[in-house]
Amino acid sequence: MQRRTSRWLSVGALAAAGTLVLTGCGSGFSETPEPGAGGGELTSSDDGLTVLIGSSGDAETKSVKDAVAAWSDSSGIDAEVKAAADKDQELSQGFSSGKPADVFYLSTEALPGYASNGSLLAYGDMLENKDDFYPALVSSFTYEGDFYCAPKDFSSLALQINTDMWAEAGLTDDDIPTTWQELETVSKALTTPEHVGLAIGAEYQRIGAFMAQAGGNLMNEESTEATANSPENVEALTFVKKMLNDGTLSYVKDLGAGWGGEALGKGLTAMTIEGNWITGAMTNDFPDIKYIVAELPEGPAGKGTMQFSNCWGIATDSPNQQAALELVQELTTAESQLAFSEAFGPLPSLQSAAEDWKAAHEPLVPFLNGAEYAQGVPTIQGTLDIMTDLNSQLEGLKTGDPQEILDTAQENIEALLK
Amino acid sequence: MSTTASGSPRAGSRRSGIRRGEAASGWLFTAPMLILLGLFLVIPVLMALWVSVSDWTGRGSPFSSNVSFIGADNYEALLTGGGLAQRDFGTSLKNNAWYVVFVVPLQTALSLFLAVLLNRQILKGRGFFRTAFYFPSITSTVAITVLWLFLFNASGVVNKVLSFVGITGPNWFNDARGILHFGATTGPAFLTENTTLGVTWWDWLGGPSVAMSAYILMAIFTTSGTFMLLFIAALQNLGEDVTEAAMMDGATGWQRFWQVTLPQLRPTLFTVLTLGLIGCWQVFEQIYAGTKGAPSKTTLTPAYLAYQTAFNNQQWGQGAAIAFILFAIIVFFTLVQRWVLADRGVSKRRARLYALPPASSDGKPAPAAVLTKPGRNR
Repeated sequence: MQRRTSRWLSVGALAAAGTLVLTGCGSGFSETPEPGAGGGELTSSDDGLTVLIGSSGDAETKSVKDAVAAWSDSSGIDAEVKAAADKDQELSQGFSSGKPADVFYLSTEALPGYASNGSLLAYGDMLENKDDFYPALVSSFTYEGDFYCAPKDFSSLALQINTDMWAEAGLTDDDIPTTWQELETVSKALTTPEHVGLAIGAEYQRIGAFMAQAGGNLMNEESTEATANSPENVEALTFVKKMLNDGTLSYVKDLGAGWGGEALGKGLTAMTIEGNWITGAMTNDFPDIKYIVAELPEGPAGKGTMQFSNCWGIATDSPNQQAALELVQELTTAESQLAFSEAFGPLPSLQSAAEDWKAAHEPLVPFLNGAEYAQGVPTIQGTLDIMTDLNSQLEGLKTGDPQEILDTAQENIEALLK
Repeated sequence: MSTTASGSPRAGSRRSGIRRGEAASGWLFTAPMLILLGLFLVIPVLMALWVSVSDWTGRGSPFSSNVSFIGADNYEALLTGGGLAQRDFGTSLKNNAWYVVFVVPLQTALSLFLAVLLNRQILKGRGFFRTAFYFPSITSTVAITVLWLFLFNASGVVNKVLSFVGITGPNWFNDARGILHFGATTGPAFLTENTTLGVTWWDWLGGPSVAMSAYILMAIFTTSGTFMLLFIAALQNLGEDVTEAAMMDGATGWQRFWQVTLPQLRPTLFTVLTLGLIGCWQVFEQIYAGTKGAPSKTTLTPAYLAYQTAFNNQQWGQGAAIAFILFAIIVFFTLVQRWVLADRGVSKRRARLYALPPASSDGKPAPAAVLTKPGRNR
């Protein structure tokens, strides 16, 4: 009996000790200020800044480091740039520990999650050059009415054409497709036993451009209403499905390539639809392929394309928001953005930088022209899930039913809006 | 522990005599490990348990005052919610269940087969083969995954080899077709209209996708070596005498394996099956480094879904809930396995073979011939 009692005692003692440690652990996290504290005064202190980036490679890391170091020298505030291996995970860890990076890359898909739990400072309206950003980009980084963060740059989709295959098929510059019908015609002409006419990724991030051309999108512009199963979207998917079944359009994965650039580079396709990131990959990996960039063809509702962007997020928990804002201001000036564009290729997010950029990058102008009519991805919490689910169904579009696919997406989005 | 087994009278003698203070030293010596386990295992598990029943959003401490208890909401969303969360969870369970169904038996059988081969005295170069078979086990999963992505590419080595024998290989890691659907795209209405956990019965019965099958092959390839070592160790521990006795009784090699060797391996078999089962339900690295759930979510596993839900979608409660449901599943199947493989007394039907037949009506024992032909008693 006595033995049993002492055992229970020790179990109790362990549990008590555990609880103590747990509470101790709890106080180890910094107590969180009230969510939405971003509206008022900015915090300011002598603390240095940490900048967390998800880099595409050495060129990007180096140019961001140089730019931040230059700012650091002139402002006298320490700033350290860290290139994350898995940015989403490192960001999450930072927010939960209460000591996040002060400034960081933030994707449109990740914005709603962090904005809704109060991790992000909504500083957009404090920017001096806020009216200079493309409106579509501003709406991509606006969540529930607040403009959260400055778009650091952007990318948009355009059509890339292999000029050798183009000439072989007897096509000239006048044949560059400007409508869906023309796209179908040239794609058919370009399809041979060796390669297909057009190959794209099996995802909303590419097929969404067709939806935009048909006049649809997954949600309305303010991301308050689901419009996924609109007749416009059905029309777009039906068109893509038809081309898939005619053999004039292939998914890149079915060709054994990882993405459109690889398919174009390996000569598996004559045309592809990718963003401006393709230029770097083509120069480095496939320097022998000659290609031109054209704007995407018009659909029933006119021109349309998709744009993708990251912004410079600032953490609510940053002890030195004032300095962070100044840094972001510096990094988004036209000069900084043109320098970044030179180093690793993104398009400047400021309208005032457009002319300089166009002059310097003549053949790539179609990408920047896309900014006028581009659509972004919806910004509600759970967007990422919706897109993953939609993409998993778009992979089966060839045999699937466009209406059914879009109905599922509609249901999923409506569930999030409740 | 052995001191209590030595049989000293317990309660009275514990705090007296030469053994005084032993308990304290015991605790002292085990303390470092207990503290480490507590700090890095027990506390995180308890925290995760709390997160799974809270509305923590991933910002600041999960114990701060603005995080509240929401009961089983996270679990409900996964198990009965009817939304995307439930469908994803159902899909991941389906994928992983098929993965387990194929990997566990196949890797166990293969590793046992390799172990028996390598345990034979006549085999030359056993050391070489042992190393060769064990090699994939010590290579990092990520490295092997990358290798696999290349091998099973649409125009990769595997498909090249298949083409030599006239087979057009599938585009492995991009093929979402269930292998048990045999190319059919729709099934009978009663299968496609009924769902469990948001996934149609047709999909549940479809088997692993072609992409998942590639992962299944990979798992068998990499883990068989480890389990082969366990089996070799067990085989070398078996006494020769029992096998020899069986030989003297005229048992063939086949019979000796099934009736003599295998029953003696039961404890090892349990270990291998349990470790295999746990490992299989926790597939993560391959998916993370390889397909990330694609194509069409057919390589989504609960472990990867938990990560994705928490880190990418900021649904920390749901992510933790997935982890705990996964834990429950693993415990359940381990217990089932333990029960199936438990040492039991000889069954009545078997025992009858060895029992003396009941005395016949005239009181004499039955003729001895009956004993040598047990078949007749069945």
